[in-house]
Amino acid sequence: MSKSDLSSQPTSDSDSSPSSDIRVGVYLCHCGVNIGGVIDMTEMVEFAKTLPDVVIAREYKFYCSDNGQAEIAKDIRNGLVNRVVVAACSPRMHEPTFRRILVEEGLNPFYFAQANIREHATWVNMYDSAGAQRISQDHLRMQVAKVRQLKALEPQIVMVRPSSLIIGAGIAGINTALDLGNQGFKVYLVEKDATIGGHMAQLDKTFPTMDCSSCILTPKMVEVSRNPNITIMAYSEVEKVDGYVGNFQVQIRRKAHYVDQSKCTGCGECALHCPVVVGNEFDLGMSHRSAIYIPFPQAVPGLYTIDMDHCIKCGICATTTVCEPQAINFDEVDEIETVEVGTIVVATGYDTIDVSHLGNYGYGRFENVVTGMEMERNLSSTGPNLGHPVRPSDGQTPHSIAWLQCVGSRDTREGNHPYCSRVCCMYAIKQARQYKEKHPEAECYIFYMDIRAFGKGYEEFYESASHEYGIKFMRGRLAEIQENPDKTLLIRGEDTFLGQPLALNVDMVVLSNGVEARADAGKIASLVTIQRSTDGFFMEAHPKLRPVDSLTDGVYIAGVAQGPKDIPDVVSQAKGAASGAAILMAKGEVEVEPYFSIVQTALCAGCRSCIGQCPFGAITFDSVLHVAHINPAQCKGCGTCVSTCPNNAILQNHFTTKQLMSIIEGVLGDDRVW
Amino acid sequence: MVETTEIETKTETKTEAEAFEPFILGIFCNWCTYTGADQAGTSRMQRPPNLRIMRVMCSGRVEPEMIIEALRRGADGVLVGACHIGDCHYVNGNFKTVRRMPVLVNLIEQYGLNPNRLWLRHISASEGAELTEIVKEYVEILKKLGPNPLKKHK
Repeated sequence: MSKSDLSSQPTSDSDSSPSSDIRVGVYLCHCGVNIGGVIDMTEMVEFAKTLPDVVIAREYKFYCSDNGQAEIAKDIRNGLVNRVVVAACSPRMHEPTFRRILVEEGLNPFYFAQANIREHATWVNMYDSAGAQRISQDHLRMQVAKVRQLKALEPQIVMVRPSSLIIGAGIAGINTALDLGNQGFKVYLVEKDATIGGHMAQLDKTFPTMDCSSCILTPKMVEVSRNPNITIMAYSEVEKVDGYVGNFQVQIRRKAHYVDQSKCTGCGECALHCPVVVGNEFDLGMSHRSAIYIPFPQAVPGLYTIDMDHCIKCGICATTTVCEPQAINFDEVDEIETVEVGTIVVATGYDTIDVSHLGNYGYGRFENVVTGMEMERNLSSTGPNLGHPVRPSDGQTPHSIAWLQCVGSRDTREGNHPYCSRVCCMYAIKQARQYKEKHPEAECYIFYMDIRAFGKGYEEFYESASHEYGIKFMRGRLAEIQENPDKTLLIRGEDTFLGQPLALNVDMVVLSNGVEARADAGKIASLVTIQRSTDGFFMEAHPKLRPVDSLTDGVYIAGVAQGPKDIPDVVSQAKGAASGAAILMAKGEVEVEPYFSIVQTALCAGCRSCIGQCPFGAITFDSVLHVAHINPAQCKGCGTCVSTCPNNAILQNHFTTKQLMSIIEGVLGDDRVW
Repeated sequence: MVETTEIETKTETKTEAEAFEPFILGIFCNWCTYTGADQAGTSRMQRPPNLRIMRVMCSGRVEPEMIIEALRRGADGVLVGACHIGDCHYVNGNFKTVRRMPVLVNLIEQYGLNPNRLWLRHISASEGAELTEIVKEYVEILKKLGPNPLKKHK
């Protein structure tokens, strides 16, 4: 007896042999010209009619439209069909739409199958009608075969906890946290650094309004710390995520501060006495901090942390004369805290592109070549030079500065990124304008490929930069930077407007490097089981219609972690993600597909092979009945146990062995002529 | 049926090897490869018309019986599509596939089939381009191999 035959016998699969009362309706969607323009729909209808149990085959321009849906509904209502196959786009697109019709007409929604003849046929064989037709027919065969085997299932309802985990506390995480916290949901805001704020805290001014970045960010940071619904977990990292939509269990590593956060008053006396001097990461190493530190004065929480990589354990900070509250504790260890949340928002931000591999620009070799973020700190009034940018080589005010655009972005060479980082054009113009405001006599050049001033007020900002501030825009990507003996720089390239080679001496060069996915993005993706795009950023469920959802239910993406964007877009997306999470939590429950697996006790031999295979610990052993038992709430429906069971005793709802085998039989059936 | 007439008309003009259009059954996991195949479609990446796609929730669900059944019934190649290691939506379902498939490849070799009749490939949700290249390559290889000897001709 074959495995597929076996599975037809037991309990929930018992009525699985196609009975006489199966009436399949096939609905072939033209999808405008997307499908109808490639394959012969009339022939498809005739073909569909030849398939077993198909009583009706129809075609229509758009079955997802109201009229199209009404046609399917009418056939169900009139009792003509009791199984529905729609041959159209991907089920990932419209399966919920069509299932709803079945529900509305009183038919079980799982009596539906969708043949993907657009993404998997006509769109990949646009110029090969015969080939596309062949694939479409096969996909139809497969789904008709499957729909005949499908069983009625009840959607599962799971409760959603009214709490949210937000990973990353930059401007995206902060906004999401505030929106959710203000709606009354409990929020755990996890940040790996010692302060919240992210990259935005490092920026000086923001384009195009020239708002001071910290002036608009720090009130938000304070608001987060004051919100009773938000728990800030700074200097912490997510270790493990278990559970499913509505019920995630999250383990968070609270890294040791070596300073008792409940006793520290943030007075800063310890930092004044600390003898260690190390580069301050916040200023990209251009200023100094002690081993006991807060990242920047407005940090939230404004409590001190000891950097154990650099601490010499001299103990000066621990003396009562220095730390009166006795907060220093060198024996502190990391703690693991577990929180339970209903939703997760991933807002882990970005890394700036490392430009040291671009040898022709000499970053790291030539002192006066700096990155965009270094220039930003240089311009900042809280930065190492208190807002008076200087040439790194001699500390003098530069008279001429050149910005090089698209460094590391829009470059298909190895080690670079083909995408546009979207912020560099604007920040370079902004920095040049800021410099011109301070030093109107200075020469500012921006070497660009295209200026992408796409946002509200951006084009005007760009225009004024050249017309009012006299910043010189030169089109052409620079070939090379050379250092002169006096440490000034000779830049070589081509002015593509004049079509002439160009050589220019400047005091300083700013490489406008873009953004890239965080180095640990892969780790985060694995933790919360979300996907990444080819560019490394987290992948949204649909590029147009679900830009803040991940493919994993209950997990949302916000900010640059999803792709390059500027602050207004980040905030919009953060609000979108907050809204997505809030909808789930406000409803309090969510319908999940009942694709869990069931052990057929009569067939289970109690070998326990399945138990070790389940990554979710959903399978337990019933020592009384000597059989395995699957907890449907814990089962995520991967079906790995099904393919492991030597006795074929496990069924996966909607993906039973019989159903999957029927697809193979349906497409490669006995009547197939080769 | 349509298939017959197409093959016959093609044999008139092309050589038999060229006329042979391999039947590839793709068994793809819902989260990575199936989504990647959708992405290939959305991006209009053209590929030879040889791949039929069947969806499972996880590549760990793929039973050796399914592959053997497909080959027994005449599929020229089976392409199992899984997430990259570490990317599995179900933590480690693809680990199990990675261990199962090589054993199965050995087995089908013992049945007298070429080991290339079964491919396991890791294709993520954003790798429509990789899928396209893999299918092109697979079609080339299967064309060289010729039809599955188990295929029943009528």
